[in-house]
Amino acid sequence: MSGNPIKPSTWAAGVVALAAAGFIGHMLPSTGTAPEQPAASAQPAKQAKSESPTPKAVAPVQETAAPARKTEATSASYTPPAESDIPKGPFGDMVRLGEAIFHDTQHNAKGFVGNDLQCANCHIDRGRQPNSAPLGAAYLLYPAYRSKNGHVNTFQERLQGCFRFSMNGKAPPFNDKVLVALETYAYFLARGGPTGVAVEGHGYPKLKAPGQPADYDRGAKVYAQHCALCHGAGGEGQKSADGQTVFPPLWGPRSFNWGAGMGSINNAAGFIKANMPLGLGGTLSDQDAWDVATYMDSQERPQDPRFVDSVTETRKRFHDEPTSKYGLIVNGVLLGEKSPPSGTINTMD
Amino acid sequence: MRSMVGGALLLCMSAIAALAADGKDIAANGTSGGALPCSSCHGEHGEGTPASGFPRLAGLNVQYIEHQLESFKNGTRKNDVMQPIVAALSDDERKTIANYYADMTAPKAEAEPAAPAAIAAGAKLAATGDWPKGMPGCGQCHGAAGLGVGATFPRLAGQSATYIENALQSWKAGDRKNDPMGLMASVASKLNDDQIKNVAAYYESLPVAAPARSPETKP
Ligand code: HEC
Ligand code: HEC
Ligand code: HEC
Ligand code: HEC
Repeated sequence: MSGNPIKPSTWAAGVVALAAAGFIGHMLPSTGTAPEQPAASAQPAKQAKSESPTPKAVAPVQETAAPARKTEATSASYTPPAESDIPKGPFGDMVRLGEAIFHDTQHNAKGFVGNDLQCANCHIDRGRQPNSAPLGAAYLLYPAYRSKNGHVNTFQERLQGCFRFSMNGKAPPFNDKVLVALETYAYFLARGGPTGVAVEGHGYPKLKAPGQPADYDRGAKVYAQHCALCHGAGGEGQKSADGQTVFPPLWGPRSFNWGAGMGSINNAAGFIKANMPLGLGGTLSDQDAWDVATYMDSQERPQDPRFVDSVTETRKRFHDEPTSKYGLIVNGVLLGEKSPPSGTINTMD
Repeated sequence: MRSMVGGALLLCMSAIAALAADGKDIAANGTSGGALPCSSCHGEHGEGTPASGFPRLAGLNVQYIEHQLESFKNGTRKNDVMQPIVAALSDDERKTIANYYADMTAPKAEAEPAAPAAIAAGAKLAATGDWPKGMPGCGQCHGAAGLGVGATFPRLAGQSATYIENALQSWKAGDRKNDPMGLMASVASKLNDDQIKNVAAYYESLPVAAPARSPETKP
């Protein structure tokens, strides 16, 4: 299998070109999970760290052929190394462990996970797929300042957040083998990419504002038609006969918690547009993606682990933006009030 | 009084027996309407005849089987062998035989094992797909062990490789159009012949049932 070029994808029509917009998109005062880092657009792309442990030459930086993008300052793209480029030896073993954790977090990072999800559920193709916040492209942007916690975050700290929020679990301590392995895997995938540059396909696509205001009821219809077959009528997901989760839950006690990036409607709309329904990414209209993201992010899920005092106070501190429904009343329910507890680490298995 | 109850019970029991016998009867002897006996191709216990591409039916989800029989009937699934057979079944007979096979637990039919390299390549495709072509891994819909999910996503584990190849080719050829949302048509269109051979070999090599849980993993 050869490397997967991080390039603009063909459905990009309705999607705001990412490149330099990596910055604009993050100007929203958000629970924004993306680093607030000016896209280093004007700078010449620096090559990745040179002490790459493999002797093989890095893949050449590919220029994208998209003609409409001339005005965008950054259109840097690169091809993450192929799986077969993982070297032998202790470094390669760590890369492989990281990949295994990313692909099957349930079994390989037990004790830090509190729901039925895997990292790869939201970062498709084991973190390689463009427009699903690919891991290599993310590595290139750290350390970074994040408004989510108000300081410069190392990559490990960013990973800790994923466990606490997206995985509804608990953060592995710094330099825990789980974090070291994930960091090593991300570093491997970043090889050949320019540091400090938001490359093509990084993050999730930022969709243009919807033509009509996003609507819960229309979203429910989109959900029934395009999503329920796999994720279940109640968003609960589905397991196979051996008890393994096949279709991950989108809400409820076994899904990501209220603090997670996917709980922001803009992130969810971008992810869904690019990647869902599984295998049919890019087939929904932007409007459908906004509507169904609104529907999904208006359902109860585990409490925000940063909860302080009350739902109202927690909204004020962490969710005070149009892209979060936390603390608002939807269909007569005050979202956040009856949330199941967060951080319920899996004890079975 | 007692004899009346006894009589009713007897009647009742024979009705159940008749219903149960129906499925078995259709499978073994065919129907008065002219359907051929299923077991001549799908095996005495629904285990299939792998080498001939006659699929295993035992233990498939009942709604999945009904959906396939309806598809043969309404032509959204084209097959020269199965279409005339299903045309000869009544609505009730379709339901009966679907239930009969869904409830069966047959051991896996003997099949010539494929080359280990083909199985390994198939396993890789099944687990991680071919995303540069936009194709998910098979296991992302059929389950990591190929055991299937609910009524919609059939079990592939232990199924005849020849049959799996035929099924994928018939989606590519447009002879099978009965899949929800066109999910399988989309997958099949992205597969080349080598990938089809490998992934079919892989699924045939798997056990048909979930391995029993080991004691220490019990809740
Ligand atoms: C429920 C979905 C979900 C799960 C599960 C999940 N993530 Fe994420 N992840 C997101 C979202 C949403 C973002 C924010 C992306 C953005 O803002 O562009 C994100 C961002 C990231 C980033 C930063 C990406 C960037 O481009 O800046 C990294 C690194 C990351 N996740 C790693 C992980 C790891 C490791 C795991 C498993 C421990 C994980 N994620 C599990 C949804 C998820
Ligand atoms: C064919 C089955 C299928 C359909 C239909 C489908 N999904 Fe998914 N979805 C999946 C699978 C499988 C994953 C995990 C992907 C992976 O691990 O690569 C997933 C992942 C997700 C995730 C991230 C993980 C999580 O649990 O939060 C979201 C959000 C999501 N889907 C939303 C949707 C929405 C909205 C729709 C309808 C527009 C939809 N999906 C349709 C199969 C499906
Ligand atoms: C002459 C051989 C033959 C007989 C007799 C036969 N079948 Fe089939 N059956 C096949 C073949 C060949 C296929 C595969 C068709 C295809 O590739 O689309 C098949 C496929 C099927 C399928 C689809 C299985 C799946 O996994 O989708 C069902 C259900 C089925 N048969 C039921 C029956 C029933 C019920 C009977 C008896 C009433 C029967 N068959 C009799 C040859 C036969
Ligand atoms: C996006 C979800 C999805 C993915 C990915 C997927 N399948 Fe399927 N598959 C389905 C659905 C849905 C059906 C049932 C279609 C129907 O109702 O006829 C199906 C049916 C099948 C069947 C027919 C089984 C039978 O008994 O007739 C085969 C064979 C099959 N899939 C093989 C594969 C292989 C091999 C792969 C990977 C290369 C794969 N599938 C990936 C959704 C999927």
